[in-house]
Amino acid sequence: MNNPQLNKNGELQHLLSTEGLPARILRDILDRAGEFVAPNGGSEIRKVPLLHGKSVFNIFFENSTRTRTTFEIAAKRLSADVVNLNIGSSSTSKGETLLDTVDNLCAMHADMFVVRHSTSGAAHLIAKHVAPDIHVINAGDGRHAHPTQALLDMFTIRHYKKEFHNLTVAIVGDVLHSRVARSQIHALTTLGVPEVRVVAPKTLLPTHVDKLGVRVFHDMQEGLKGVDVVMMLRLQNERMQGALLPSAQEYFKYYGLTQERLALAKDDAIVMHPGPMNRGVEIDSSVADGSHAVILPQVTFGIAVRMAVMSMLAGN
Amino acid sequence: MNIHIKNGRLIDPKNQLDAQQDLFIVDRRIAAIGTAPKGFVAEQVIDATGLIVMPGLVDVAARLREPGYEYRATLESEMAAAVAGGVTSLACPPDTDPPLDEPGLVEMLKHRARALNQCRVFPLGALTYGLKGAELTEMVELSEAGCKAFSQADAPLTDTRVLMRAMQYAATFDFRVWLRPQDSFLAKNGVAHDGEVATRLGLPPIPVIAETVALSTALQLARETGVRLHICRLSSAAGVDMIRAAKQEGLNVTCDVSMNHVHLTEMDIGFFDANCHLMPPLRSQSDRAGLRGGLLDGTIDAICSNHSPVDDDAKQLPFAEAEAGATGLELLLTLVLKWAEQEKVPLLHALSRITINPAQLLGQKMGHLSLGAHADICIFDPAANWRVEPAALRSQGKNTPFNGYEMQGRVRYTLLDGQLVFQQ
Repeated sequence: MNNPQLNKNGELQHLLSTEGLPARILRDILDRAGEFVAPNGGSEIRKVPLLHGKSVFNIFFENSTRTRTTFEIAAKRLSADVVNLNIGSSSTSKGETLLDTVDNLCAMHADMFVVRHSTSGAAHLIAKHVAPDIHVINAGDGRHAHPTQALLDMFTIRHYKKEFHNLTVAIVGDVLHSRVARSQIHALTTLGVPEVRVVAPKTLLPTHVDKLGVRVFHDMQEGLKGVDVVMMLRLQNERMQGALLPSAQEYFKYYGLTQERLALAKDDAIVMHPGPMNRGVEIDSSVADGSHAVILPQVTFGIAVRMAVMSMLAGN
Repeated sequence: MNIHIKNGRLIDPKNQLDAQQDLFIVDRRIAAIGTAPKGFVAEQVIDATGLIVMPGLVDVAARLREPGYEYRATLESEMAAAVAGGVTSLACPPDTDPPLDEPGLVEMLKHRARALNQCRVFPLGALTYGLKGAELTEMVELSEAGCKAFSQADAPLTDTRVLMRAMQYAATFDFRVWLRPQDSFLAKNGVAHDGEVATRLGLPPIPVIAETVALSTALQLARETGVRLHICRLSSAAGVDMIRAAKQEGLNVTCDVSMNHVHLTEMDIGFFDANCHLMPPLRSQSDRAGLRGGLLDGTIDAICSNHSPVDDDAKQLPFAEAEAGATGLELLLTLVLKWAEQEKVPLLHALSRITINPAQLLGQKMGHLSLGAHADICIFDPAANWRVEPAALRSQGKNTPFNGYEMQGRVRYTLLDGQLVFQQ
């Protein structure tokens, strides 16, 4: 079984998942992203002509503001032509199939697709279908993967912690439905983090989550003890239906990140969140706005990481 | 027509026959084995040197897609596929559109099949109207129209009182009830086995307990009602254990497994290969081992193709949105041979799973080469190597998880009722 993300030379052809990517490629992406961040650690990012004359199509079958916007900014900073399509309100609602939509966009000479879809595997399907000179970036598919989010998280961790091999990282919340968590777990274990924990009630964890190489905690206090990094996950309101959780209040009481619980982590622990946050559900405002939080830098770094991925795919 | 099949190796599990013998057909029936009957003059001679002569295969699960899904497959295309696979009898589930819940529909299907004269078709009647799980169908009428058993196909029957009454009513007339055990709540929206692969790929899961909870209910209701219960498409090792225990207890229960589950596991999904989107889902390696164990010790009675042709458009979608199912009629024999070779099962034993055993599940007298039996015969070359090329399949469904597999054993001749209906 060939890894559909790599070409025959072992270079990145598509970015579909952090799973199966060698550490070398993950580090290359982070290093490249570093070049797009101002050397003083600030947020100033250069505009470069690496994708000049290329067309990037953001095709979003599922709503997103933040991810789409950061991809758009990243592509524009690389001097690409960017087209945004919200397909949720367009072709497929008229009965056009996913691959028909893609074929039509290919006929418009797309060079790169940034795809978000509510079904796991959509980006793989498109990557398998398109011509070999077209690149696909998965911007989130179902519960499966959100690799650029995980990569910007890795960039953030490396920025604050320098190394991966001495860290304990806790991922807290709705792992079951989270493509972000799956991509984070693969990226962290590939980059050599010795202990990755997941912390959640049993209803919010996949049955075989331990097979992903993580330690499972159901007790938040235990799970946070001595960690270097706390990665919070968003809890969607619809999880209160379907008998997964009784209420947002009870969830916050046992799994919300408060100052008191954060105190169990290391003194210099950082707190991350992929956004958008539900204050008072998974995270207390005082933590979200507190000194340990690196949530806004994550967003800034997200642009640099997406620039890095796009420029590497384009062969620059 | 008088046919002489000479120099073949005859294998007939029912009669425990495995020997180099000639076979003589007179007036569509098997007239003699070994020496020709008195006055026999062959009008046709089939040279079976190096070939194996066996009863035509009996497949307990093949969807023909008629009526209602003719864009996926037609009787013409799928019967051609059946005989190319050596299958001379098949049972089709009632999940057509409309479902097989009216005697007229069953009669029409049987009539269409008979007119094509390729393969015997045994429609399963719907257990409930429209397969909706609420009202019983006219089982006696359907039986008179030709239904050999009653089934919900893959449609849920969540109301256990309806299920119990359906079993009671069927038991009244000694009709068989065929169920695929799957708790529809536990399996809700699921598309893949709740295991490592679904966890990794973020696919909505179907846990093994969806099978065992439903199986437990079905077995208890069968014990209570005395119905003859057949469990379809068992997928888990835990399910096999439950059937084994039920059989030991003396319960009147039988079961089958699809050839896909004998060979494949969740790992075959790889990177979202929609050809491996099957129902029930492909499970873990230990489940596959459990199923193979059940086949060896006789807990599982039959292997079926679970032939479910799907059009390309319905497969060219993200895994979870793609339609479940795969073509299978043309692969059943070769995959049973593959299993037999892998597990060192004697052919006499292995071939019973696709001949006499499934025939008995249908309550039919075929599936063997006894004197006087209708000459439904499959003649295959056990040494022939071939590669599965979807475009070369006769079935209109081209989707198979075995795409590109190297196979051994290929059908050369198929006879239905003493007439040659296929040769290559």
